[in-house]
Amino acid sequence: MNNATTSTPRRTVIPFGPQHPVLPEPLHLRLVLEDEKVVEAQPAVGYIHRGIEKLAEVKDFQQNVFLLEHVCGICSFIHALAYCQGIEELMGVEVPARARYLRVVWSELNRLHSHLLWLGLLADAFGFESLFMQIWRARERVLDLEEQTAGARIMLSTCTIGGVRRDLSAEQVGQVLRGLDELEREFDMFVPVVIKDATVKERLCGVGVLTQRQAQELGAVGPVARASGIARDLRVTGYAAYGELGVNPVIETDGDCYARTLVRVRELYQSLLLLRKALRHMPDSPIAVAVKGKPEGEVVMRVEQPRGEVMYYLKANGTATLERVRVRTPTFANLPALLAILPGCELADVPVITLSIDPCVSCTER
Amino acid sequence: MAWSVHELLGRSPWFVHYNCNSCNGCDIELLACLTPLYDVERFGMLHVGNPKHADILVVTGSVNHRNARVLQNVYAQLPTPHVVVGLGVCTSSGGVFAGSYNVLGGVDKVIPVDVFVPGCPPRPEAMMDGFLRAVEILKRKSAGLPSAPAEKEVITVAPPSGPHAEESDAA
Repeated sequence: MNNATTSTPRRTVIPFGPQHPVLPEPLHLRLVLEDEKVVEAQPAVGYIHRGIEKLAEVKDFQQNVFLLEHVCGICSFIHALAYCQGIEELMGVEVPARARYLRVVWSELNRLHSHLLWLGLLADAFGFESLFMQIWRARERVLDLEEQTAGARIMLSTCTIGGVRRDLSAEQVGQVLRGLDELEREFDMFVPVVIKDATVKERLCGVGVLTQRQAQELGAVGPVARASGIARDLRVTGYAAYGELGVNPVIETDGDCYARTLVRVRELYQSLLLLRKALRHMPDSPIAVAVKGKPEGEVVMRVEQPRGEVMYYLKANGTATLERVRVRTPTFANLPALLAILPGCELADVPVITLSIDPCVSCTER
Repeated sequence: MAWSVHELLGRSPWFVHYNCNSCNGCDIELLACLTPLYDVERFGMLHVGNPKHADILVVTGSVNHRNARVLQNVYAQLPTPHVVVGLGVCTSSGGVFAGSYNVLGGVDKVIPVDVFVPGCPPRPEAMMDGFLRAVEILKRKSAGLPSAPAEKEVITVAPPSGPHAEESDAA
């Protein structure tokens, strides 16, 4: 190589995406390289911008539930939950206790399938295809539970303003609890491979380190922040029924890809625990209250998604359409952290590091 | 036994996936098709990253101002014969996003589409049905037979009327 003789190697720019095998979504990064080392990563976004926020000012506030679920098809229920809680606060609606518990059940099912999806994609990114297949086989069980309880594999319009649309019979609760037991057995089979296998550790340990100070300064959220030792989990604020159930944030301190994996793996078990608690202690009450009138005023609503904190700002003026809807999604908050940990890594590690923040580009660009 | 090219192509239709403007719902269901429960690989279908290796282009979502060029680029790299499958209602009309300032409409505004799979999102079973229809079209195309473009589902929900409705029509 000619470069070896010169003091500063020549820089090359490699486009990563928008159509890339490891990304199901069009994220575009321009990677500036010196030999195999990344010195800078420049993101280019907008490939998937749908203008949802503007569209939400045209549709009426009830229709917006279905629209805002399409911010992201992975955590659709939690987007609806955030929006509905915001409107409920504006209109002073008291949600029945059973509906709050059911909201926790579906939120946690969303989290389970999102974390399993991510674990599978991570395994695929470092070339462990059989692990990808095993994890996604377990994920199908979660989707079956979603279908049994909410009627669809991708839950849409299950959450509504004033409560939820479906109830669970005692028989269904039993079915879900049995499903969770089977799921835990599946976890116990593949989790040791994810956290103990030498080849997996080789690809994850010490790669893409985000220090606690960096995470704090760059405003990281969700598992990215928790893997760097910051106890930031909005479920502890006790929205829906999380207050009654009690949530302790899962924390790791190393801040590398392995720590982020561990946080999500431990959150799988945490979700199972929360689901069992919620299903066993579900109170008897109606599942929704009738909502009359139009919302008025401003509200900020924050809830915890699988990827971190999502923030909804809603401004209503007493008519059927809202004046402003602003959505700040977790991946948007985590992108600065990603751009901080990419420089200095090897080109071959870029897919794993990018995936380790669990990017959801559909969320980010809305 | 002598195999003709179109018989061989129909046996291993490799596909490349491009996420245009989708909400991820269709994309994760497409990935679910690859996994042990649905396993489209038993039909010889393989998910590839390079459009130059693919026979089928699977598109999810609608077209916007920025990704139309990328979609055309991916499409232009497909070898002939090829088939385009649009997954989900967004690929035919823009779906729930129809009428937005940044949604130009269905994928067929930019590239010809052979199979539309309706649904929001379609179930994996519906997707596999779409793939099998695509394989039939691929066989026809490789035999040099004509193939009509897909019929579009009629939009059942009218796009919203508002300040931005006219702009997207004009675009």
